[in-house]
Order: sequence, then C-alpha cells, then structure tokens
Amino acid sequence: MPGTTPPVLEGAPTDKQKKYDRQLRLWAASGQQALEEAHVLLINAGPGAAGVETLKNLILPGIGKCTIHDDCKVQDADLGVNFFLEQSNIGGSRGDFLKNNLQELNPDVDVNWIWDPLEDLLAKHDALKPYTLIIVVPPVHPNSLSKISQHCQATDTPLIYLHSVGFYSHFTMQLPYAFPIVDTHPDPETTTDLRLLKPWPELSALVEQKTRGLEAMDNEDHGHVPYVLLLLHYIEVWKLSHDGKPPQTYKEKNEFKQLVSAEGRFSQPEGEENYEQAIAAVLKNFNYPEPSSAVKEVFKSPECQNITVSSANFWIIANAISQFYGTNGVLPLPGSVPDMKAKSADYIQLQTVYKEKARSDVATVLGLVRDLEQELGRPQPIEEREVEAFCKNAAHIKLVRGRPLQVIRPGENVEWGVQAKSAVNKLSDPDSLIGLYIAFLAYDVFCANHSSHGIGARAHEPTEDGVDLDWNSEEMAETMYKIIDVLIKESGRTLEEDELEEIKSRSSKFVAEIVRAAGGELHNIAALTGGLVAQEAIKIITKQYVPVDNTCLFDGVFSKTSVIRV
Amino acid sequence: MEEEFEESHRTVPKPKGMADPEARRWEYLRYILYRPGPWVPEEATQGTEAVKFLERMKVLVIGAGGLGCEILKNLALSGFKDIHVIDMDTIDVSNLNRQFLFRQADVGKYKAEVAAKFVMNRVKGVSIEAYCGKIQDKDESYYKQFNIIVCGLDSVEARRWINATLVDMVDLEDGDSIKPLVDGGTEGFKGQTRVIIPSFTACIECQLELNAPRAAVPLCTLATIPRQPQHCIEWAHIIAWEEERKGDTLDTDDPEHITWLYQKAAKRAAEFNITGVTYSMTQGVVKNIIPAIASTNAIIAASCCNEAFKIATAMNPSLGAPAEGENNYMMYSGDDGVYTYTYSYEKKEDCPVCGITAKKIEVDGEMYLRNFMDLLAEMPDAQLKKPTIRTEGQSLYYQAPASLEEATRHNLSKKLSELLSSGDEVAVSDPAYTIDFRFQLIFK
Ligand SMILES: [Zn+2]
Repeated sequence: MPGTTPPVLEGAPTDKQKKYDRQLRLWAASGQQALEEAHVLLINAGPGAAGVETLKNLILPGIGKCTIHDDCKVQDADLGVNFFLEQSNIGGSRGDFLKNNLQELNPDVDVNWIWDPLEDLLAKHDALKPYTLIIVVPPVHPNSLSKISQHCQATDTPLIYLHSVGFYSHFTMQLPYAFPIVDTHPDPETTTDLRLLKPWPELSALVEQKTRGLEAMDNEDHGHVPYVLLLLHYIEVWKLSHDGKPPQTYKEKNEFKQLVSAEGRFSQPEGEENYEQAIAAVLKNFNYPEPSSAVKEVFKSPECQNITVSSANFWIIANAISQFYGTNGVLPLPGSVPDMKAKSADYIQLQTVYKEKARSDVATVLGLVRDLEQELGRPQPIEEREVEAFCKNAAHIKLVRGRPLQVIRPGENVEWGVQAKSAVNKLSDPDSLIGLYIAFLAYDVFCANHSSHGIGARAHEPTEDGVDLDWNSEEMAETMYKIIDVLIKESGRTLEEDELEEIKSRSSKFVAEIVRAAGGELHNIAALTGGLVAQEAIKIITKQYVPVDNTCLFDGVFSKTSVIRV
Repeated sequence: MEEEFEESHRTVPKPKGMADPEARRWEYLRYILYRPGPWVPEEATQGTEAVKFLERMKVLVIGAGGLGCEILKNLALSGFKDIHVIDMDTIDVSNLNRQFLFRQADVGKYKAEVAAKFVMNRVKGVSIEAYCGKIQDKDESYYKQFNIIVCGLDSVEARRWINATLVDMVDLEDGDSIKPLVDGGTEGFKGQTRVIIPSFTACIECQLELNAPRAAVPLCTLATIPRQPQHCIEWAHIIAWEEERKGDTLDTDDPEHITWLYQKAAKRAAEFNITGVTYSMTQGVVKNIIPAIASTNAIIAASCCNEAFKIATAMNPSLGAPAEGENNYMMYSGDDGVYTYTYSYEKKEDCPVCGITAKKIEVDGEMYLRNFMDLLAEMPDAQLKKPTIRTEGQSLYYQAPASLEEATRHNLSKKLSELLSSGDEVAVSDPAYTIDFRFQLIFK
C-alpha cells in the first residue's frame, strides 16, 4: 500500500523520470509503480469512444497493461467519433485496430485485444481474474453486467460502468466494500497542526529559551522570534490572568490578538512581520486538534475494531492509532511546520522539535502495531515507513464504502436501500442531476428491450421527420416514471402531486435529449468522460487523492456535474 | 456487406438508407444537428444547413500543447473543417505523458506542425493550417478571419495579449467583429473553462485576480536567512548564478545548468541544516513547473470544444451567452471526488481592457514612484512588470527609449504626492500588452 507521497528522487533524472516528470510531481514514484502494476480491462460496446478515450488517458501516463474487449467491426460511423480508427480500418475488427493505434501512444504499455462474445468470455472460469480494474461501456446485457459486478464484489476488484450519449454522460464506481485511503493529498492549507493549545515539554522548553527577555531584545532579534514561539509565550502570559486557561471563545481569541498586537513593534517603517504572522494565525490554530468525522468513522468501523491475522495493514495501523488516540486524546503529530519569519537556525531548531515529537509518536504507534502483530500471530511485519506515512496523514485518512452497482432489468425494480431517502431529496433539488441518472437507468431498460438495436433504432435517418423519436421518448419516459415512483415508495416519503409533476417534467427533458442522440456519442462528451473516468481510475489504482463516491453525472448542455451516492 | 454490419455491430443504431458514406460517418453528430431538443431554440437552423454552416466556420486554436492536442482532435471530430493553430514551442520529452499527438521521434520538432499533420492524416476532410511562432507576430487583420478562438495556453501574458487584441477589435456596428474566445487552463487535477464574448461578458482581464502570482520570497530571506529548500534553490538561481556565472545566460533546459544550480543549492542547504533539496525540486522551482496530466487536459479541452460547438451551432445553450446572469465559467476540481462550479463571472466596469472607467486604487501618497511600480507588478489585478507611467499632462516614467528613460528617471525617487494629487488618473502601458491601463489613485 502506497503511503504519503515521498519526496521525488535525488540526482539527475532517468529517461523515464523525464518523460513522466509532470505527473510524478502529483503521485510520485509510489503512485507510478502502482500504475505500472495495474491491468485494466475495457469492455467496449456501442460507439465506444468514451471507453477508448479513457484508455488513452491511462496509456499516456504509463499504466502497466490494458486489454480491450471489443467484438464489433469498424463502420463509417466509428470514424466520426473515434479518433483511434481511420478510413482504411473499415470492415475490420474494431478492437484490433484500436489496440494498434493505442499501443503507438506509449511503448512502455502492454496493450491487448480480446474478441470472444462477452457471454462466452464470462462463462469461462477465471476469465476476469487477471484484471485489477474493469471498465464497462454499454449496451451490455443485464445478465452479463450482473456477472461482472458479482465477480468484482467477490474479488474486491474496482468496477466502473459508464454511459456517454449525446450531451450527457454518467459513470458509477463499484469499489470494494472497504476502500481506505491514507494519501488523500489534502489541501496544504488544512494540514497545519501546531498543537498550540497542547504543547509538549520540549516545545515549552524551546519557548522559554527563545522568548526569554523578549521585551529587552533589540529590533533585529525581536523581529525574528518565530511566530509559533510568540503565540505559545503569550498564551502563558494570558493564562496568568485567566484562571490558567488559554483563550477559547471567539471573543477571547480576539482579545488575545490585541494582547499580541500591543507587543508588536509596528512603528518601525517595515512593521514586524513575525507579529503580523502570529496575529493572523490565532483564529486558525487555537483549536484542540479534534479528529474529523471521517477519521472517527474509520476508528468505529468493524474492520478497525475487530482486526484479525489477515486484516489489511491499513486496519492494523488504524487500530494502533485509535489506541494512541484513546491514550493521548490527540492523533500522532504530523510534524511539519509552515515557513515563517525567523532566523535560519531558530527555524531549524523549531522544526526539529516538531519532527522529533512526530518521530516519537511514530515510535509509539509502531510499538502498538508490533504488539498487535504478535497477538494476532501475523507472519509479516508491516514496514516502518508505512506506519510513518499513516501517522503523518492520520488526520486526513478516508474510508470509502463501496456499494454494488445497480443493475436494472426490464420489468424489475432497482433497489435503493439506505440511499432511497437522500435520492428522493435530490430529486426535488433542481440543481441535482439525479434525474439524469434515472434517465440512464431507463435507457438501459430500453436497450435491453430492443436488444440488438438499442435506442433510436426505429428513428428514420436524420434527414426525415423524427416522428418515431416521440415514440421512443414516451417509452423511455414511462420506464423512468416507474423507477421514480418505486423509488419514492421505497423511501417512505409522499410528495405533493405538483412536486412530482415537476420532477417528472424535469426528468423527461433528459430523456428527450438522450433520445435525440439515438445512442450516439458526441466526441467532446466522450472525451470529457474519458478524462473523468481515467482520473478516477488513477485515483483508485494509486490509492491517492479521493475517488468519487460513487456516481458522477455530466450535463454538457449546461456544463455542470453532480455527484450522488446510489 | 450491409447485412454483415447489421449482424456484427450488434449494438449501434443504424439508420437505413444513408447511402452517402460521409453522412454515415457523421451519423451521430447529425442526429444532434438534425433533431430538435428540449433546449434548442426554435429559430436555430437545423439539418443540412446546420452541417454546411459548421463546415464553413473558421476556428483558431492557440497552443498545441497539452490542451491544444486534445482541442485539435476534438474540433476535427465535432464537424469543423477549417482549423488553424498557432504555437511557438518545440516538442520536449516531458510532453509525451499527455500530448498524445507526439512521439519520441518528434522531440525537437515544432508542436503546431506535427499536431496539425497528425490530425489531418487521421480525420479525413479536415484542414489544419499551422503557424509556428508567437501570437504577437500576427495582427488584427489575421485574427479577423476567424469565427471562434479556442485557447489552451499556460501563459497568463499570452492570454492577456490575445484578450486585449480581441476586445480592441470589437466594432459594435459589425457583428462579425465579435470573436468568441473559449479559454481553458489546467493545473494537476484542477482546471477551468471560460467563454468570453469580447466587450459583452467578463474578459480575461476582468478575471485577472484568478491568476494571482505566488508571493515572491524576499531577497533578504534568500541572502541571509534561508529556511526552506526552495529558498536555497532560489538563492542559487537568483544570487549565486549572477555572482559566479555572470557571462552565461541561464538556460533552464540545459541539464548542466540545472545540475550546477542543484549542487549550489544542496551545498547551501547543508550549511544551514536544511533538508529536502532535490534535482527535481530544483527544476520545478527554476522552471516554475506546473504538474500536468492527460486526464485533466482531456476534461478541460473537451469542455472547451463542447462550448465552441454549441456557440457555432446553437444546438444547445453555451456558456457565455451574453444575457445577464448567464454562466460563463466552469471551475473543475478532481482532487477530492469530482467537483464543478459553474457560474457567471461579472464583467468589471473598471476593467482596463473592456471597462469604461479607470480602476480606483488606494495608495499611500508618501509612497515613492519606484515602490508604486513594484506595487503594479505585484497587484493580482494589474501584474504589470515593466510599466511606463504618464498622466494627462506629464510623463512620470518611461521604460524606453533610453533618452526618455533618463529624462524621467529622477521621478522614481519622488513621492506620489509630489507628482500627483489624490484622485488623479494615470495611464500605464507595458511592452507585453498593446493597451493602456488606467488607474485612478486615491491617497489614503
Ligand atoms: Zn474586462
């Protein structure tokens, strides 16, 4: 499991590092290695440009292996939407030409093509075993989709199911039931943890040493006391007149700012930057470092509380850190200190005090981990750097709970379960695109009902009137209304008649726009979707950053997205 | 043959009777161009006329890099036939992780040329004319020929230049003089798409504050009290190079130069007990490298081309429709899930490019003109690095020619209050831009 991104390598870069430089600055060597170990399967049906664009965006950064399942022949319409096919390919096997044209993008990648009918492939034992991520582009028979979804649930293999039709697109990610992330790459603004209200003895000693005789210092020295030490010093001053308590309320914090402000030598022409920094840091840093709800959720989860010999490393370390939290009331210290006005040596000294505390916290956690390993009889000790990386980002870890893909079959209902209530709330929100999600469910039903031709097959060629379009729209809308009714019923809510009408009328426009495209892709929307899906694939494979949980919709008419959980 | 297609291509709808291969090829696109939709205005031209109209559109793509490669592909597959592209850069090996029209063997060649050739070979019937040079080489008469401009640049300066040029070209009597500008930008997992209808909606200059430069580290920190590895690198870059290799022009693409800076920086860091200087960080700081990946470029470029397509065809509403309150900006972030914010960036009355009034700024009258010039460089909504400053009646400071520079130099050490009264307006020009920036100075 990759930990918090280590710094990029020493010395002059290798050829590979030169080629991948711009991405290594995001996911580092550990992320790159994870990419290179991955094998992605794309099950490509329909026009298929979104799936192919996804692969392009994974091949360029150097995914290890990818395989295209495609049993179509290249026809004229492919050339209008798929950049990786050309005139001379007409009539040939689509997957074969795609493989060649994609392979050309990056010789480091192993690109493959398989063509057995999907049903036959899925009937083979272990056919899906080699793949670490599966992407499915419909139309695909609900039985096949179910089989793939079940395989992925059983093997903890991530699955992405996507649609790109006309101006709209959608993808749902079926992640393993437990998908924990350590290296979430939080916004650097949010990661500062200075423990100003919980200093430890070494830090207090440094404060004492560096702020002794503060008032008597000459301007040069006075203007270079690091603000962290200033704040810790003035907190002690404040406590003398406040029952030994630090400033806590908003009002007190403002009073405290005035106290500090009065001590700054601001009458000098250039002011006093360290005091300005101190004042600016008060509101942001005067908090007891309470773990976020995401972290508490990890601690509370059964996987963390009931660890076993075969638990993933993440859970063993999470258990150790929750013990650490139980004992100390705080998470391990991350140990980084932001830049601040200071003399070099003073800053390094301050930095060292933080780093050493962080190191000692890691040592404590590591001890707990070793105890757990022994208790459980785990054969392989967890590497120290993994524990260290976890401790460093402990406040920003995240657990995503994967949910099974909703596979809809003609004549059957989809189940929403615990998501039903929030789904209905979203239906009432005109800014949410959940209506589009339901329209795509209805689209899948339509495709299944008209198996070999899919939606729009009845439409005449576009030069003629679109009478039959209305017929398609009606059929799809009926299916969609049924899904909406069942959902509302499942949620236990009742909606006013006019609200329901509004929801249906809003959703029927999604249907009309989907039918207009007759199952066809617009290249722009396919390319955009391929970008989004590749981005999510990279996040899942590298276990860095935070993936979509679990469904994303793109509306190319009004240029916006929605993320919903279904 | 026809039968066989029906059989094997099991899933795609296939309208019958489309004998013309060209019509069959663009089948999916034509569904959209021929058929009404819930948001397509009734008066929109559809059908064969819409196809012809799209084919006659002349589009300029600025930049053939990460976004540009994607944009060229997307426009060619959106039915545009007459595309032009400008880029002055040549291909570097670090482009290959995302600029998918280039191969190892293309390293060193002009981006615009290689990209245009590749797309023309792949997509039959599209014409792409490449110009390998700077956008500033061309003037209004060149930009006038286009209907839409799609911009995928990494330089704020170039964006500001094309923006000012396009706004300047607007003649309200002549609708054709208004050239919609679709602009994309990315950084790591983040990006944005915006549409500018020059002089009608917020322009790039109105939005300049979004591109605020990172605050520079004070020289005295670099020289005497470094604390971060970056400080040591900046010291090597700005101070050590000047002192020890004065004659050499620093070439940030020359590995020997970067290695020298890296070693200098590493040595300095060791002296101050600072850890973390690496070759890669040195390169990043010195070249101001912005992380870039294929997927984010794909998202933003496609979003830009989707807007260009909607502007060209009216087949759905586009961003930037000049009605009040219409959205013109889509912000995208992929770090934490997927998040977009689509909104209307308001046009500014005091925008130096498209506004009508001078921008009011509060300054200290006691400030020296020299410091006021630094302020102009730092202000997020000015960012003017080589300002020439004048009022209606007098020249306060001229960067060039040398004779005027000399004649006005003494003003640099005068206070603003000696040169001006509160409320006076100054005009500032900068060699990077074609226009004057007007500021009204209010003394604090
Ligand atoms: Zn403006």
